[in-house]
Amino acid sequence: MFYREAGDFKTTYVDDGQTFPIKFDRFRYYIVLAVAFGIIPFLINDYWANAVFLPFLIYAIAAIGLNILVGYCGQVSLGTGGFMAVGAYACYKLMTAFPDVSMFIHVILAGGITAAVGVLFGLPSLRIKGFYLAVATLAAQFFLVWLFNRVSWFYNYSASGQISAPERTVAGVAITGPEAPAWAAYLFCLVFVTASAIIARNLTRGAMGRKWMAIRDMDIAAEIIGVNPLTAKLSAFAVSSFFVGIAGALFFAVYLGAVEVGEVFGIQKSFLVLFMVIIGGLGSIFGSFAGAAFLVLLPVLLKNVLVGQMGWATDLAAHFEFMIVGGLIVLFLIAEPHGLAQLWRVTKEKLRLWPFPH
Amino acid sequence: MKDMEEGYITEDGRKIGGVVMEMKNITLRFGGVVAIKDISFDIREGEIRAIIGPNGAGKSSMLNVISGFYVPQEGEVWFRGEKRPPMKPFQVARQGIARTFQNIALFEGMTVLDNVMTGRLTHMTTGLFTQAIWKGRAEAEEVENREKAERIIDFLEIQSIRKTPVARLPYGLKKRVELARALVAEPKLLLLDEPMAGMNVEEKEDMSRFILDVNDEFGTTIALIEHDMGVVMDLSDRVVVMDYGKKIGDGTPDEVRSNQDVIDAYLGVSHD
Repeated sequence: MFYREAGDFKTTYVDDGQTFPIKFDRFRYYIVLAVAFGIIPFLINDYWANAVFLPFLIYAIAAIGLNILVGYCGQVSLGTGGFMAVGAYACYKLMTAFPDVSMFIHVILAGGITAAVGVLFGLPSLRIKGFYLAVATLAAQFFLVWLFNRVSWFYNYSASGQISAPERTVAGVAITGPEAPAWAAYLFCLVFVTASAIIARNLTRGAMGRKWMAIRDMDIAAEIIGVNPLTAKLSAFAVSSFFVGIAGALFFAVYLGAVEVGEVFGIQKSFLVLFMVIIGGLGSIFGSFAGAAFLVLLPVLLKNVLVGQMGWATDLAAHFEFMIVGGLIVLFLIAEPHGLAQLWRVTKEKLRLWPFPH
Repeated sequence: MKDMEEGYITEDGRKIGGVVMEMKNITLRFGGVVAIKDISFDIREGEIRAIIGPNGAGKSSMLNVISGFYVPQEGEVWFRGEKRPPMKPFQVARQGIARTFQNIALFEGMTVLDNVMTGRLTHMTTGLFTQAIWKGRAEAEEVENREKAERIIDFLEIQSIRKTPVARLPYGLKKRVELARALVAEPKLLLLDEPMAGMNVEEKEDMSRFILDVNDEFGTTIALIEHDMGVVMDLSDRVVVMDYGKKIGDGTPDEVRSNQDVIDAYLGVSHD
């Protein structure tokens, strides 16, 4: 009905290349942004922030980062947890070393440091591909976690071996630490999510994204049209790790507040983010959000329904939660192997014509 | 004779310029196998140069030497008056040599437009940070290159499939998209590896027309490998004939056709 491009003519290449070519999509995007920035901060409380919004937003950043590497450039990585740990520890060291600097700067710098580490561990990708590269990045995962466990300089020689975020502010409002208000933490993450998504979209729709996708689809052909595989792959590792590092920094500083590296940034975190990317849709920014939402929100929703509405025992509900989420993952992947983003795309194709069959 | 320094005039009146690419005594070995044995030939500006020969003659190896996949053990490659040091394929591409493949090498996950736009990558120079911001230089560059891409898309008559993913296209169209991708780079030398392999007569005619048009319209120098003799003889200005890694003939289609060695190679006389 109103979801249609008929009559919505594009007369310039700029119009044709925009992110949301259909008017309705564009409005929906603005409305989502307006709600996220203008309404939710006033309604949010600690429960909603900690159970729903913060993990969703932070995982979305990590998923966007990993999607650039796996979905756009075709380099499989199992080192996400390790790279998030780099972001977290870099942020921690910066926060403690320069207490007066704004958190914004710390998080961005943490992303930058992670990007450098990512490039270093991306070097094997020049020689090895596919599953073998996944195994090589697994080495990064284990090495980095081991490093942060063993070298006490990274956790400032604290007795527990943990790192915990001291209170830091942006423009006078506490963002980290126990006193930080929920809305401030939420807005802080939201800004990073929005910026990450826009930057990722800008990179993937232009020359950079085409280089990555060319490498992903056929590296020999990419080389023959003038793509340097070295710079293309390493830039994908850098950009991807940058976002993953930001996610790690936020995860530690804003969301958890205190981190024990093996527990929080272990191999299961790498898999979790990889599953988000696969379920959400490889090579899609929207898919990163969808995948993060699926794996973060669904368990919360199920818990609320099973325990809150139906009055089940908590442990029983927790077990059923695993089974239901697992079942749904299988179901979704059978229905659409290309992820939620593809499902969404197909739905939109149908909606364009609705209510007519052709 | 046509070996004048300044080039020559073809039968249909096109002006052929000086030497663009010269292969001097190229020898390529894979272990004990000699794929190319001491071959020399040149490609002149604006001409359509064919490389023909029976299966396993070393034609594709020759193209791979030109495009930088193989580094010959002996011999020199001269491009636009300069001796070319050993190069990676992407460096060769940046020098202005584009190619297509025998079995199509398109990016299946991308649309036709994106595939063609990848051909412009060597001309797109904005950095990572400029592209991340997008508005401004990156967008301007995108539009500028999009215009070039659209011109080629128009030229090869693939406007209607612009936004179709390449994986969904039939074979003949894929070949055309691949040609578009190579052409949009505005190459100084265009290499076509069996552009008509596996096509029906109609598609072959289309492709031949496009090759002639490309040469005519843009003045692109083209070197092609092809098995269809009729096509080769009609299209090309000069032909190199290879057999078992050796050059057995070089000249206009008519000269080559009457060459006894070539006839022997094609009709199968015992080699000793």
